[in-house]
Amino acid sequence: MNEIREILKKRVLVLDGAMGTMIQRYKLEEEDFRKNWFEDHPDSLKGNNDLLVLTRPDVIKAIHAEYLEAGADIIETNTFSGTTIAQADYNLEKAAYDINYYGAKIAKEVCEEFTAKNPNKPRFVAGSIGPTNVTLSISPDVNDPGFRNTSFNKMVEAYSEQVKGLIKGGSDLLLVETIFDTLNAKAALFAIEDVQTELGTDLPIMVSGTITDASGRTLSGQTTEAFLISVQHANLLSIGLNCALGASALRPYLQILKNKAPFFTSAHPNAGLPNEMGEYDETPEIMADQIKTFLDEGLVNIVGGCCGTTPGHIKAMADLAANYSV
Amino acid sequence: MSLHPEYSGTYAYKWEHLPNMKLSGLEPLEVTAASNFVNIGERTNVAGSRKFLRLIKDEEFDEALSIARDQVEGGAQIIDINMDDGLIDGKEAMVKFLNLIASEPDISRVPIMIDSSKWDIVEAGLQCVQGKCVVNSISLKEGKEKFVAEAKKIRQYGAAVVVMAFDELGQADTYQRRVQICEESYRILVDEVKFPPQDIIFDPNVFPVATGMEEHRKNAMDFFQATRWIRENLPGAHVSGGISNVSFSFRGNNIVREAMHSAFLYHAINEGLDMGIVNPAMLEVYDDIPKDLLTHVEDVLLDRRDDATERLLEFAETVTGTGKVRVVNLEWREGNLQDKLTHSLVKGIADFIEEDVEEARQVVDEPIEVIEGFLMNGMNVVGDLFGAGKMFLPQVVKSARVMKKAVAYLLPYIEASKTENRSKGKVLMATVKGDVHDIGKNIVSVVLGCNNYDIIDLGVMVPANKILAAAQEHQVDVIGLSGLITPSLDEMVHVAKEMEYLDMDLPLLIGGATTSKVHTAVKIDQHYTKGQTIYVLDASRSVTVVSDLLSDKKDGFIENIKQEYETVRTNYAKKKGFKKFLPLAEARQNKFNIEWKAEDVATPKLIGIEQLSDYDLNELREYIDWTPFFHTWELRGKYPAILEHETMGEEASKLFRDANIMLDKIISEKWLTAKASVGIWPANSINDDDIEIYADDNRDTVLHTQFGMRQQLKKAKAASNVCVADFIAPKESGIKDYIGGFVVTTGLGIEKKVAEFEADHDDYNSILLKALADRLAEAFAERLHELVRQSYWGYESEPLDKADLIKEKYRGIRPAPGYPANPDHTEKPGLFELLNAEELTGVSLTESMAMMPAASVSGWYFAHPDAHYFGVGKVKTDQVERLAEAKGIELKRMKQWLSSNLADE
Repeated sequence: MNEIREILKKRVLVLDGAMGTMIQRYKLEEEDFRKNWFEDHPDSLKGNNDLLVLTRPDVIKAIHAEYLEAGADIIETNTFSGTTIAQADYNLEKAAYDINYYGAKIAKEVCEEFTAKNPNKPRFVAGSIGPTNVTLSISPDVNDPGFRNTSFNKMVEAYSEQVKGLIKGGSDLLLVETIFDTLNAKAALFAIEDVQTELGTDLPIMVSGTITDASGRTLSGQTTEAFLISVQHANLLSIGLNCALGASALRPYLQILKNKAPFFTSAHPNAGLPNEMGEYDETPEIMADQIKTFLDEGLVNIVGGCCGTTPGHIKAMADLAANYSV
Repeated sequence: MSLHPEYSGTYAYKWEHLPNMKLSGLEPLEVTAASNFVNIGERTNVAGSRKFLRLIKDEEFDEALSIARDQVEGGAQIIDINMDDGLIDGKEAMVKFLNLIASEPDISRVPIMIDSSKWDIVEAGLQCVQGKCVVNSISLKEGKEKFVAEAKKIRQYGAAVVVMAFDELGQADTYQRRVQICEESYRILVDEVKFPPQDIIFDPNVFPVATGMEEHRKNAMDFFQATRWIRENLPGAHVSGGISNVSFSFRGNNIVREAMHSAFLYHAINEGLDMGIVNPAMLEVYDDIPKDLLTHVEDVLLDRRDDATERLLEFAETVTGTGKVRVVNLEWREGNLQDKLTHSLVKGIADFIEEDVEEARQVVDEPIEVIEGFLMNGMNVVGDLFGAGKMFLPQVVKSARVMKKAVAYLLPYIEASKTENRSKGKVLMATVKGDVHDIGKNIVSVVLGCNNYDIIDLGVMVPANKILAAAQEHQVDVIGLSGLITPSLDEMVHVAKEMEYLDMDLPLLIGGATTSKVHTAVKIDQHYTKGQTIYVLDASRSVTVVSDLLSDKKDGFIENIKQEYETVRTNYAKKKGFKKFLPLAEARQNKFNIEWKAEDVATPKLIGIEQLSDYDLNELREYIDWTPFFHTWELRGKYPAILEHETMGEEASKLFRDANIMLDKIISEKWLTAKASVGIWPANSINDDDIEIYADDNRDTVLHTQFGMRQQLKKAKAASNVCVADFIAPKESGIKDYIGGFVVTTGLGIEKKVAEFEADHDDYNSILLKALADRLAEAFAERLHELVRQSYWGYESEPLDKADLIKEKYRGIRPAPGYPANPDHTEKPGLFELLNAEELTGVSLTESMAMMPAASVSGWYFAHPDAHYFGVGKVKTDQVERLAEAKGIELKRMKQWLSSNLADE
């Protein structure tokens, strides 16, 4: 998979956009989340979007196809919460491996179709690895700052299962994203190294952190540069930022990454900040305009969208990115 | 000279092709060739600190954390944590303590060194830390296999590693063994484990000297030499050590120990030691070690004579003691309660205040009465003395610190008893939007606070809407605005207009270095008709102004101000009428004519830019011009004469002493970091007023055009209408001229210390620190200019003495954009870009072009012998129009930027 490194030396690659926003458009019901797999599961499963790779692969494949049609070079698997830790909320720890394996498999199928149609624009599957819903650096109990409700070893175990599924399902890359606690990410990177050694693979790794507010720090308190240093030991393909802030607010932090990181850089911001109604209202044009400043300054090699972005946003970015060679 | 026979001179880093070692806590720590020495805090170590061991055993984690915090605040750049003790569960304690540290941002901002000889403790620690840490340590002690396995894991966890010079035969105790084990370890790590070489730190074992054993005589020398060998031969690797070991045989004699540590570090650092576990409290300044003691200590360390140990032991007998003894006279503690409180307040002593206030609280009915009675009585004495000129501002600020501590102590009781707050009135203070300077504002706040006004201090860079909203929310009685740079004047006008718009009628006080009675009367007062605008010259006036405003004398006072300002306006208009201005074209014809000769133009040695990071503050100290420092504190006199002044001398001397004590700490504990970017480029003047700056001596690529402003006031015969461009050879002259530029700062790191002082209600030290940072920045600018003259540009060969430096008796000038010679603040971004200043110095510009941090100085260098300082003064609209057009700035905006210089408005 050194192919992608070669391509990145020549041009800007485009990552896909939000999955949640697109799934909402299908107005799915409880039965869609159970079909053929979890018919008798005692808990409600509606909203557990990762299950759809199993129960409604047609929907997920259609969304992947829309993004590829819009011009995305890399699509993310629908596996953001595909760990035993995140699935525990639904008592579905047992589904974790399947989510990742099939999530990667269906994404790969769609990508292969598109690559076959246009071999000059190869498409890649990035296995999406989310932060989970626990933190290794922060106590969930304000009165007991020394307490942790998980451990590094447990997280490595959970991530290992996810990573194994993603690799065996056919992912081309691994994307550790939306990192709000660097120690969680370090556990993911630790697991990736273990699994890749075991399977004898060498998939390129993308890492993407989240700056939560104007202080320019992650939720766990690190500055952008400290975050970079903390994950730099893994030989990454790229490092970048996603989610939380809109594109314009990310710029100073991307500059730090561009200047300091010995890797390619990426950004997949939200479509602005949510409004009072919780909706994201930056249009494709507004967002592309901000992404343009990143590209003009040579800040990023990979662009894409996070919460609130649609194939319209990705198309605007892809059209824009086509004008830039490195 | 090197202590290693095969090398010479002090060690200079030679592995520039490798990346630097980078570690992280919440913030990054990059170890560069220029870092000199990274000090690692040693006190959170159960093996080394009995107190820390007891706290961990007793699970007193809060206090254990405060030991960690003290170390970071004391300047430790990494903290070492060790839980190896037979009486505690080391793994559990390590995990617990690291998890707790993760919740303390002021500790976890620095990287952690996980220190244990047990691998399971090391690994448990690695699993708790998000930043890139250091493992201390691994070694070949139990064979290669274990060493390799542990190193691989450490690499996978993403940490750096300390490698002890230890193998299966034991700890290395000779030069040869140290070198051999370190080399073997290095080869295994780099070649087999693929460990990043820059992340390897060797600990070649610091062993005690002067033990009386013959075989220990060369312990220090072997360490120095091994250090040098490692740094010269093992690419990228660092060397560290536990320094206090060396003085083991002098336990109980801190004077000798401190001297030994310093001398050891001095020599080890020269040989390339770049990290070390030290206790900063156990270090003497190398130059301050008494010469005889130093000789004896170095005789031992450097193994210079056979009887060195005996001689040092003998000498040590004569210097036993614990060092710095303070004699404190506590007679005043015998007085009655009121006398004691008054004494504390007048003398600014905080040590007993809580105890005394508690005693006072016991004898009154309501806690508020302590403030209104005892404390106000004391503060009245302070106020009387200040009014009579018998106390000076620095003392009053110290008194205020004590008062604040007392009030802070009482506050919970007052709130519990729900007594109404009976202050004399509320004053809102703010430095306006775009401006970061707040020393003056803070002094006014303190002085008013001392006089029992409630102060709502909104800080710096406060936009108008926030000021006015806060004024309404807190129902204040007076608003005070402060600012230092000229664009702030305009912002003050804006605030006044907004107050008018909102129908407010509160008095508006104006203060700060560029403000003036004339500006207030002419530009601000007229926009705010519903309330009164009042210019306040300095902090001591602020009290009478506010008290008059809030008393029944108010109406008469305001009537007087109104009349006074009317007179000011009339005089201003008259004076303006007398002045004649030339059209820009005519002013240009009367330019400052230099007869251009090639020999007057020096060719610089540097073309392009150069970064100075972490410049030695100790050196800058010599360059401080102290006179403005005393002015900040309203002690108006020239240094050093002011120290002998009849009335102010004593206070000036105290202030000077406090300033120097703080400077010692600023320097030794690295409170501040000095950075600079300096550049020199080929340049020629064009179109009379502008300067074209070129990328190189081909002079075909224009990097930047600087637009100058020219004096337009009609001058007496023979005087010219000057513009800075007159000092640069015109393009058509064919002479290859040059211009330089610089940005320096000494304000990096200041916020943290200031926040600490403020959290401690310590305005005195907070203001002192800011004032010192400002002085250091000016000193840095002066020093850098000297470096430019002597080296970068290199036209000055004779060094000047410091007094001449301060009097600026040298060739060349360094005018700052936004100041008299070119008052146009919008020239700053161009200068910053040329110098890549934001990245190289960390200084940024606010929307009003103030530099952040405030302790920063920038400017251009002109080197022609005839270049001199001047003030542009007022200019006519034709010049403003030409600047607006040339720079592509809207005319309205350009006028705002130059509002203090407009002759027509």
